[in-house]
Amino acid sequence: MKTIEVSALARVEGEGGLYIGVKDNQVVEIRLDIYEPPRFFEGFLVGRFLQEVPDITARICGICPVAYQMSSVAALEKALGVEVGPQTYALRRLMYCGEYIESHALHIYLLQAPDLLGQPSALDLAAIAPDVVRNALRMKKIGNEILKAIGGRSVHPVNACVGGFYRWPDSSSLKALLPELEWGLEAAKETVRWSLTLPYPDLEIDYEFVAIHHPEEYGVMRGDVISSTGKKTSVADYEMRYFEEHVQRSNALHGHTANGGTYLVGPLARLNLNHAQLLPAAQAALSEAKLNLPLKNPYKSLIARAIELVNFYEESIQLINNYLPAGPAHAALVLKAGEGCGMSEAPRGLLYHRYKIDEQGKVTFAKIVPPTAQNLPRIEADLMVLAPKLIDMQQDLATITAEHLVRSYDPCISCATHFLNLRVENINGV
Amino acid sequence: MTLSPKPSLKPKVAVYKFSSCDGCQLSILNMEDELLDIASAVDISYFLEATRTVKPGPYDVGIVEGSITTPHEVDRIKEVRAECKYLIALGTCATAGGIQALRNFARVDDYIKTVYAHPEFIHTLETSTSIANNVPVDLEIWGCPVNKGTVLEVLAALLQNRRPNFPPSPVCVECKRRSIICVAVAQGIPCLGPVVHGGCGALCPANGRGCYGCFGPSSAGNFNSLVNTMVPLDRYPNETANLLRSFSSNSPAFRAAADAALKIASTKEAK
Repeated sequence: MKTIEVSALARVEGEGGLYIGVKDNQVVEIRLDIYEPPRFFEGFLVGRFLQEVPDITARICGICPVAYQMSSVAALEKALGVEVGPQTYALRRLMYCGEYIESHALHIYLLQAPDLLGQPSALDLAAIAPDVVRNALRMKKIGNEILKAIGGRSVHPVNACVGGFYRWPDSSSLKALLPELEWGLEAAKETVRWSLTLPYPDLEIDYEFVAIHHPEEYGVMRGDVISSTGKKTSVADYEMRYFEEHVQRSNALHGHTANGGTYLVGPLARLNLNHAQLLPAAQAALSEAKLNLPLKNPYKSLIARAIELVNFYEESIQLINNYLPAGPAHAALVLKAGEGCGMSEAPRGLLYHRYKIDEQGKVTFAKIVPPTAQNLPRIEADLMVLAPKLIDMQQDLATITAEHLVRSYDPCISCATHFLNLRVENINGV
Repeated sequence: MTLSPKPSLKPKVAVYKFSSCDGCQLSILNMEDELLDIASAVDISYFLEATRTVKPGPYDVGIVEGSITTPHEVDRIKEVRAECKYLIALGTCATAGGIQALRNFARVDDYIKTVYAHPEFIHTLETSTSIANNVPVDLEIWGCPVNKGTVLEVLAALLQNRRPNFPPSPVCVECKRRSIICVAVAQGIPCLGPVVHGGCGALCPANGRGCYGCFGPSSAGNFNSLVNTMVPLDRYPNETANLLRSFSSNSPAFRAAADAALKIASTKEAK
């Protein structure tokens, strides 16, 4: 193999490139280039009224706008000392289920599977396996339909606000989704079975897995942050224990061993840490799959996504069956100065927000830490682990294997542009 | 222009991304019922979000998501223009500069220092501008995100060699057609519906909130009247001005209206 250079990565969200430099049969440089332009959300959030925040942060990512809305409202409600009721919480979970379904179905079938099946895209895959792609699109559509029923549209839905929702969605439009969700649940179980048959490249990495954990539900929006090292951190302490620490560590990452100072967020971390909280059908799919947890192969995050799909179809059905809205759709807000942080599990991993507001409800400070920003040093470290194997491969295979690794993370590069300053360059002497 | 024609020659379509959230490209992939038919009716020659395959240009139709915010993008959009016969700006980033055009009202250096620990790594422009501000554009589709039905209509119209039918009336009329009770009149909530391009189906009023203008200015809008009517309803300082300074902030009509709204608000405060 010679140097690998992929100037523009395909089938990822946003714009990035990949460079693996080889000299004298040694990998001398690994670089994930993010050339997605910066958009300065934390800059222009300052001065905005708090109720405008979830609409603005949604625009950070077209694939996971709900995650941005949910982490924003959680942080701002914390700042105001508002607690939402169980019905609001349940509807937020349902909205999140919709996002998981559309995002995971998209990633499994349209973004990652083509790598495993030797196709350049799902459109090419459709030519040889039309039913697989048609079913995938049908599965994805159901997630979008949930978002549409709650928030008017699937990309940048308009109904979520600080304090709850602008209005309760009609029960009838949610109940109308049940037959398709029942179909989707079966299709998701089938997706798990199919995912076990795919030819994943061999790669096992000793990650530090990090995810939100709640003893009574699959961690998405509340609970503490736990790590496979046994550490447990409250949301309020997350920034200090992980991210800030991480900035320093990643500056020291140059030339270190593969797992030095990095951690992994996303579906593998969630499944490995929270499988006991999966709902019954997802539990059954997991045990039928006979996986050895923890799953340590990044390519196999596809399997974790498939099991989560079962879980979120199952949960959507439960939530819709139990949906009985009553009372006001949102809490009355009493403005006061304050600070709050909020966190939720975007489909691709932990998403952290922190805001300060003044007594008029205006934002005076905003900080957003997206999942892909946290995973980027880990992706580069994985590429380092993979590098010796790449050297013996033919150029085409080496390129696709490296690209596939990046894609398996489901990176959301538009979100991650904050992380430019943490990029690891010139990893010498691997 | 004509695209249809010889059945053996499918039009070559390219989809590009500039500064954006990906949501408008995703709206194409979200046409779950139509995607495979579209893929059989046109030759998707460049669409990185969907495929590794890159077929060389020139292309018959270029669809551009995102705004122009970096020196590199200024050059790249010229190359895109040169390789596409018919160029479509897709979504409010591409038609007005998007939410990131809020930098146009501030000092971008301050933003860079707020967000990044190492400002020296950042190469960016002072402004975020629309595609049409940089190169000639043949058609604009507004929306943050675009309505996928509108995108489908445009593709169908190109294939059938006819003009696309866009919703002719502003959000306010769409709202009346849906028999939604006016949030401004009945609840005193500022709403941009009277001056905003239709196409969303009056989503925000249907959810009990005012329109925040993500589909851009309607050519029929009376902005003076809007500002005079809505600013007195503001529930927090500069609510109407902020609605105008959101997703379509850099469109000339919204710029002027936001300035007018701020002026009324400050006069009121001075009294």
